[in-house]
Amino acid sequence: MIEIERVNHYYGPSSMRRQVLFDVSATVAGGEIVLLTGPSGSGKSTLLSLIGALRSAQQGSLRVLGEELCGASADTLIRVRRQVGYIFQKHNLFDCLTALQNVELCLGLHGAQRSTARRRATEVLDAVGLAAYLDRYPYQLSGGQQQRVAIARALAPRPRLILADEPTAALDSVSGGEVAERIRELAKQEGCAAVVVTHDQRILRIADRILDMEDGRLQASEVRRLAA
Amino acid sequence: MSLWSTVSPVPLAWHQLAEQRVRFAVAVLGVTFAVVLVLMQLGFRNALYASAVRLHEHLAGDVVLISPKYSYLGVSAPFSHRRLQQVRSHPAVSGVAPIWFDVAPWKNPDTGMARNLLVIAVDPVDAPLHLEGLAERLGRTRVSDTLLFDSASRSEFGVSPAVLRSGRRLTTELGARRVFVDGSYVLGTSFAVDGSAITGPSTFLRLFPNRREGLIDIGLVRLRPGADEDAVRAELAAELPKDVEVLTRAGFIAREQTYWAANTPIGYVFAFGMVMGLVVGGVIVYLVLFVNVAEHLPQFATLKAIGFTDGALFGVVAQQALILAAAGFTVGVLLCHGLYAVSANATQLPMELTVETGALVFMLALLMCCTSGAAALLKVRAADPAEVFA
Repeated sequence: MIEIERVNHYYGPSSMRRQVLFDVSATVAGGEIVLLTGPSGSGKSTLLSLIGALRSAQQGSLRVLGEELCGASADTLIRVRRQVGYIFQKHNLFDCLTALQNVELCLGLHGAQRSTARRRATEVLDAVGLAAYLDRYPYQLSGGQQQRVAIARALAPRPRLILADEPTAALDSVSGGEVAERIRELAKQEGCAAVVVTHDQRILRIADRILDMEDGRLQASEVRRLAA
Repeated sequence: MSLWSTVSPVPLAWHQLAEQRVRFAVAVLGVTFAVVLVLMQLGFRNALYASAVRLHEHLAGDVVLISPKYSYLGVSAPFSHRRLQQVRSHPAVSGVAPIWFDVAPWKNPDTGMARNLLVIAVDPVDAPLHLEGLAERLGRTRVSDTLLFDSASRSEFGVSPAVLRSGRRLTTELGARRVFVDGSYVLGTSFAVDGSAITGPSTFLRLFPNRREGLIDIGLVRLRPGADEDAVRAELAAELPKDVEVLTRAGFIAREQTYWAANTPIGYVFAFGMVMGLVVGGVIVYLVLFVNVAEHLPQFATLKAIGFTDGALFGVVAQQALILAAAGFTVGVLLCHGLYAVSANATQLPMELTVETGALVFMLALLMCCTSGAAALLKVRAADPAEVFA
């Protein structure tokens, strides 16, 4: 699903170039839930944005969903993005659209018909426990509920890969735990892999595997398989 | 990728505009402002051009002879009456009628103030003008120094419609002669003409002693039914010497309007007003669309992150531009409907809101909104999908 081989990444113009990723290699198999942890500034988010085809990779080899992203064209990046479900720290929902419409909008991108999109959006929102909140606007929902709408939005098009960046950072422990549990549950249910960047010690239990990053380097990966 | 297939099933563009009601209203008002300004400018311009050819529109004939030196209605450029007589021999011509005109100072009977009046002379038995009530009153001009007066002339001439309706004979001085008004007709004013009167050829020649008999200003040619006026015009033009110009009535109208468009700053003045309206409206629309994009930059970046192309996001802003154009245009046209009536009343100009003008202004409004939208879109490009992971 994801094969990362000796990836280096730099920011800034050549004269002030700063390396943020050093020789990173890792693989993620289908259906696997991998947590990426490490102190801030260690390069976690950069690695995630490379995997998610939000930036083009510069050096090394990065294969995601069968596409080589190193030096890939904008079209390839967009094609990969469409097969990925993203969950962000900030939910970035449209305040002018209801929970249902926010999910439908995303489904529209995948060419779904109106009725199909509505059915699927309702189904996914139901799965994250928001069946009673379909017509609420984001500002009428709690932080945890907003994040669950964002999860529904990410999962609605049935992505093969979920990428999440600090999905619980803005939430209290109860809703954080709940959100993490939903991600795990739905990933397993839909059979897709997930890479979750987090600082949150409380959600480590959802991981099949934990990768530690420090100073742009991947530490010897620590495998903590959970009893299912 | 089509705009609707990417953005449906949710009309994001509309929801985003409707979210900020005040801002939406301001944007629509901006477009309305531009539409009203442009429609009024066009309305006045078209009315001025239309007013310049009021007489031409009423000519009862298909082909017209004028002097090549003719510039506009108001400056006499006479040519030989014989040219008009020559035309009679053409088989398609059923009749001809001469028209004389010139300008003389008219003395306001109440104030004594003089003002230039257009004096038109036609054959009392064969009116070459389709004006209501003219045919039956024209016979009165056989009496020496008797005129019919245009009741739509400016009020400064001191001939009120009430007096004309009362049928009282009104006496004043025109040029150096004493004249009598014995009836009226309705024609209307233009740039060059504040008012007019119609009389017979003999009174006309007495009023303008320097005008020679046998020189006329407009020669009207009537054609037999079924004759092709363009073909006849071309044949007459080929037969006649170059000291006359042969035009169809439509060609005469076009020539008069071209004179005003080319020799006066009218076109420029109104174009300037229109451009100003479009610029101000465009800036307002740009600001609103720009703020909409800027405020939703994280959301736009998110959409990009999940695979929306720049094109699809452009589509959202383009739809917003379209909505604003349509809404502003609708309100603007409704407003102008009333404003045209008010202005027509105040200026005596023939203000008319035509479908062509409406269509043109809608295209301009659309162009204005799309330009503003395109400018706001530069901001969408700046939505970096990678920033949402920062």
